[in-house]
Amino acid sequence: MTTIDYEAIAREAGLERVGARASFGAYFKQMWERRGFAISLAKYRVQASMSDNRLGLAWIVLSPLLNAALYGTIFGVIMPRDTRGDEPFIPFLIIGVFIFQFFSKSFSAGAKSITGNASLVRSLNFPRMLLPIAEIIRQVIELIPMIIVMMIIVMVLGVPPAWSWFMIIPIMVCMTMFNLGVALISARLTVHIRDMTQIIPLITRVMFYTTGIFYSLEAVLADQPALLTIAQLNPVHDYVALVRDAVFNSGSAPAWMWWIAGLGGFITLVVGILFFWRAEERYGHD
Amino acid sequence: MATTESDRPADVTPGAPTVVVDGLHVKYKTFSSGKKAAESRALLTKQRDVRIVHALKGVSFVAHEGESIGVIGHNGSGKSTLMRSIAGLIAPAKGQVFAASRPALLGVNAALIQSLSGEKNVILGGLALGLTQKEIEAKYDEIVEFAGMEEFIDLPMKTYSSGMSARLRFSIAVSKDHQILLVDEALAVGDKGFRKKSEQRIREMREQAGTVFLVSHSMSSILDTCDRVIWIDHGNLKMDGDPKEVVKAYQASK
Repeated sequence: MTTIDYEAIAREAGLERVGARASFGAYFKQMWERRGFAISLAKYRVQASMSDNRLGLAWIVLSPLLNAALYGTIFGVIMPRDTRGDEPFIPFLIIGVFIFQFFSKSFSAGAKSITGNASLVRSLNFPRMLLPIAEIIRQVIELIPMIIVMMIIVMVLGVPPAWSWFMIIPIMVCMTMFNLGVALISARLTVHIRDMTQIIPLITRVMFYTTGIFYSLEAVLADQPALLTIAQLNPVHDYVALVRDAVFNSGSAPAWMWWIAGLGGFITLVVGILFFWRAEERYGHD
Repeated sequence: MATTESDRPADVTPGAPTVVVDGLHVKYKTFSSGKKAAESRALLTKQRDVRIVHALKGVSFVAHEGESIGVIGHNGSGKSTLMRSIAGLIAPAKGQVFAASRPALLGVNAALIQSLSGEKNVILGGLALGLTQKEIEAKYDEIVEFAGMEEFIDLPMKTYSSGMSARLRFSIAVSKDHQILLVDEALAVGDKGFRKKSEQRIREMREQAGTVFLVSHSMSSILDTCDRVIWIDHGNLKMDGDPKEVVKAYQASK
């Protein structure tokens, strides 16, 4: 075979290299054009997962409720009363379980968003970031009925409705940014190291205990200020604490928690986007 | 007896180059297991037995506008790998692929959700291919009609027979026009009538498109639709040229 300078042929014909990563701006433009795909994928996946169960959509609310009931009966009995704050225990617990579930599900589903969709990644061209985004959209779709049911339950349990309840909306916006950032980071890490899926439940468990779901961190760690400060720097704890504050209208969460909620969400999201985008060419290649 | 660009049949006057594949190598890294790997593995020390599969070993060719290129070869010869790297879905270990526009692999299989109705899957598949909501609405009837699924479109896809879902997948996949199209075994779906229809559709797409690659084990559909054939053998380009000649040599090699 004679040697042919293929690169020169390509250059002459004005062809571009296939598979080169798009610039940051072009990448976001592509994502915006394909937003309908991410939204429909999320929406249809919710419908599909529900159509397989007899109780359908009710499970979105039923499973955290059963969790709360379990923790309530076990830890409501064995944990001493001084581990609780001034807020009524059962609504306190339910808010904790519901809000924490938004984080834990985003984390585990986000981590699997690339590896779990390998065949999709291998057969179609689209900005890969749409997959973790679709997972977060799905979690948000499921969050809305959860929050509504949560409010009804706490009302039935005797917490009076207040205008402060609307503060839940900005808190959840910050938390969604945080969750998306975490999902993007864990999605890429899982591509490099499959073993991540084994570690994620462990990290989630640690987060669960350091967030303070069935006890008040502030009450338990009252005599260990240094530890308490570290625990309070965990954004997930602050999202839960801020929602509790909003629901009980108690002023229990200090104002600086808003800074961690907002900045923590924003910084995690920016880091997540950059970290995920940098490996765009590598997804689905091994 | 490899033919090169220079001695391609003279009666074909190629247009401008649309795809240039330049010394393409693709390697897969896999963790081997099983008996062979276990023998060489001591407990804990060599747990990750990496085996490198060299799927493509330096493939080069130029495809031109208006060409319809058949890709043949035995199972595992690297045909699908070649298609996926032309589409930019696999990064080459060495070499590069150039194209006039992003080549598209025909297929939406992976985007579809089995427990949803055919109707929702048409929408989802269209969006996955990059159609807009409006384009899908405009093409919806055409897609369903082409698949011949008017009666069952509101049923969940998992209730379809394999032929029915293959027809629907094909119809969704061909709803978008591409300049460079890669078709992997898609013609082997459905009954005789549908196969005719899909071959016709591929021909139409070729006229609009510019360049079509067709991977198939069916020599008759290769001879029917292609005007050039590439034979991939163990990751090497073994032959490239006139369909009849290449297919004849390929069949003689078996």
